[in-house]
Amino acid sequence: MASLLSVKNLKIEATSYPPGEPPRTVTLVEGVSFDVEKGKVLGLIGESGAGKSTIGLTSLAYGRGGVRITGGEVLLDGEDILKLSPAGIRKVRGCKVCYVAQSAAAAFNPAHRLGEQVIEASLKHGIMSRAEAEKRAVHLFGVLGLPNPETFGQRYPHQVSGGQLQRAMTAMALCPNPELIVFDEPTTALDVTTQIDVLAAIKHAIEETHTAALYITHDLAVVAQITDDILVLRHGKMVEYGPVKQIIEAPREDYTRALVNVRGTKREEAADQSGALLRVENVTAGYGMLRVLQDVSLHLPKGQTLAVVGESGSGKSTLARVITGLLPPQEGRITFDGKPLPKALKGRSNDELRRIQMIYQMADTAMNPRQTVRDIIGRPLTFYYGLRGEKKTARVKELLEQIEMGGRFADRYPAELSGGQKQRVAIARALAASPELILCDEPTSALDPLVAEGILNLLHKLQEETQVSYVFITHDIAIVRAIADSVAVMHRGRLVRFGPKSKVLSPPFDDYTDLLLKSVPEMEIGWLERVLETRRMESAGN
Amino acid sequence: MAAGGPAHGPELTTAAVAGEALQPSGAAGSIASTGAGSPGSEGKPSAWAGFKKKSPLAALVIQRLALSVMLLFAVSLMIFGGVEALPGDFASTYLGQSATPQAVENIRKDLGLDRPAATRYFEWLGGALQGDFGRSWASKQSVSEQIGKRLGNSLFLAFFAAAISVPLAVGLGMLAVQYRNRLPDKIINVISLAAISLPEFFVGYLLILFFAVQLGVATFPATVYDSMTFGQRLSAIALPTATLVLVVLAHMMRMTRAAILNVMSSAYVETAELKGLSGLRIIARHAAPNAVAPVVNVIALNLAYLVVGVVVVEVVFVYPGMGQYMVDAVTVRDMPVVQACGLIFAAFYIFLNMVADIIAIVANPRLRHPR
Repeated sequence: MASLLSVKNLKIEATSYPPGEPPRTVTLVEGVSFDVEKGKVLGLIGESGAGKSTIGLTSLAYGRGGVRITGGEVLLDGEDILKLSPAGIRKVRGCKVCYVAQSAAAAFNPAHRLGEQVIEASLKHGIMSRAEAEKRAVHLFGVLGLPNPETFGQRYPHQVSGGQLQRAMTAMALCPNPELIVFDEPTTALDVTTQIDVLAAIKHAIEETHTAALYITHDLAVVAQITDDILVLRHGKMVEYGPVKQIIEAPREDYTRALVNVRGTKREEAADQSGALLRVENVTAGYGMLRVLQDVSLHLPKGQTLAVVGESGSGKSTLARVITGLLPPQEGRITFDGKPLPKALKGRSNDELRRIQMIYQMADTAMNPRQTVRDIIGRPLTFYYGLRGEKKTARVKELLEQIEMGGRFADRYPAELSGGQKQRVAIARALAASPELILCDEPTSALDPLVAEGILNLLHKLQEETQVSYVFITHDIAIVRAIADSVAVMHRGRLVRFGPKSKVLSPPFDDYTDLLLKSVPEMEIGWLERVLETRRMESAGN
Repeated sequence: MAAGGPAHGPELTTAAVAGEALQPSGAAGSIASTGAGSPGSEGKPSAWAGFKKKSPLAALVIQRLALSVMLLFAVSLMIFGGVEALPGDFASTYLGQSATPQAVENIRKDLGLDRPAATRYFEWLGGALQGDFGRSWASKQSVSEQIGKRLGNSLFLAFFAAAISVPLAVGLGMLAVQYRNRLPDKIINVISLAAISLPEFFVGYLLILFFAVQLGVATFPATVYDSMTFGQRLSAIALPTATLVLVVLAHMMRMTRAAILNVMSSAYVETAELKGLSGLRIIARHAAPNAVAPVVNVIALNLAYLVVGVVVVEVVFVYPGMGQYMVDAVTVRDMPVVQACGLIFAAFYIFLNMVADIIAIVANPRLRHPR
């Protein structure tokens, strides 16, 4: 059977403008070839910077932000769309090939109703009449499991949830009856419990309409549920290309093997969890009249890790703000090393501040871009210990060794570091204060799986060396398995479950923890069907 | 070690029975929190707060209206106070050489200036609210009557200047976005910048020189009379209108361009592009509606200028509008006229800005369609 989309020897370049140097051409993608047959799904997988989205968008002959397609062919139904005129390209986009963006919340126009936007391409390309398009939109809303499909289209984007928007975006892509849909990380921005619904809806819709698809993601476990073939990319080059079964179960390349096994690490929890370095008792906190935390109590022994899990909006980060004193609790108290901590930041002594440090999700925004690594790490050394000159330089070097980066990075600026390196520098800055507790607020969620694993290993190593305790905020159960001694599950500002990892993560579960655990994709073909089947039986049983 | 620390390891605590834990903390939680947090605010939720919650849009609009009225009162106070504080005196200017203390005193009494300022303010304000601005000291005629005609002339001029400049500015702004950083964009930018850089009296005289004197296609002076037909009036105001358009165009055009360009980099514009829509449709349908708020504000400022700030253009073209009237009144210290003009100008300014604010509020779908 002839391929619907056939990409041959693709080469994509862009011009980069490094500060203080002449512009130079960088190659983003080189020598990439693949085929998508009618009705089949191909998964593009790789880390950020691997060129996944760039390749996905070439099937719409689109280059984001000055990206140029400089070589190769993109054949759609045998026609090279790279050679089309602008008007010809417009006839392909939104008609033969449609696109589903990562953040539907940003990709929908806030000024128009969802229904109008969903049918716009179909009308513009003259594929169907308004009445037909509206009927099809309602049908698709139903297929995708959206509430009240008849009236859903009358809503504005801000009136529906993130998961619903993502499904509406899928409906928008399906509406003109395209031959190919490009899904660009459609579930990455969603909570894990929402992701599974959207994933199921997308899979169902693709099967229903026999549309071919390119599915772009960095999560191999997700792609294993939905695709027929997988193409593994790294640094813009092909690593491995084959059927999903072979890639998951018998990967040939080392890099693919690393991706498959990345969630495998598990750590035994500490046997003795008595004592408490940090104790949070009946804390209630919020902003104005809005209560974000309700009556939360937990504790953390010295030298151990407490993982706080929950979806966005569950109050995880607020808990961290309360512990640091940035947000004084309205009720309850916090004791640290046996002594009560003053509620507000202002009431705390320098030494109390020193003993609790923080690492943020976005290392980018947590560092001053105009300071060198030396200044960033050196600041707490001067502030807490009064170190200057040689002694400070020596200590900075020592800290850089500790985070496995070495002294040569001391004079670099944050912009000259990779994402993982930035997060390491942030860790070194926290370590510089020789704290007893580090609050880690999703420090790995913005990182690629392999880089994230490196950071987790580093944190673990540092804990063994310095006996530092961590409160590790995350939404990722796999990370909890990998690092935690005890676990706190949060939902809508309340503590749902708290205790040693082995007990929290084993049955009997409460409903929410059960849902959370079952929603985490597993590296196994057919996992999605299995979970959906269980759900169906459970609801039938009820 | 903590005094009350547990001697044994932590037990698994499941905070609540499964069903309850899943419930939204909304209802029960908020009741508990109001009780504990701020007991004072409990009794307060007034009808206004309820209304605000139910229809935030109407609440905001009503707020703006109320603010505008308050502002207008404040301005009336400032105008009256300012006129009071002005040095110079109508009586001595009017009498000139023959100003004996007795004559001055007589005129002051005649005009009621011997009464306390507060009384005169409230009298004036009361009259103004009913559309009566008193009598001109110089001509002894009703200020409202005189102003009525001149305001009509001013609005006539402003209306045509706005009717041409606003669509032109917005259209050119969109064109500039479509051809951004290419030749059409640059030409539009240079010409509009040049137009705004030249003083308006200079632009006015240039236009007179070319179109009235050398080519003879336009009328000068632009004075309009009661006896003129509509067509004659239009031809009379052609040059002042052109001057005003050139003066206000650049500001609005550049703001439109900047506001739309700002929106053009958003993800939903990329979505529109990937739907295969054409450039102009993307700008008009997907970018422009989200750029309304900043553009409307600039348009309002310029419209206000067209009514309020056209003194120079009116003088250059000898056009019998409000601006010229006010300037004349200031030179003879005819205070009722100055006050009336000031208040009307302020009212226009406040009104136009209020309308812009309200349009910007109404253009926000989040306020128009609350969740």
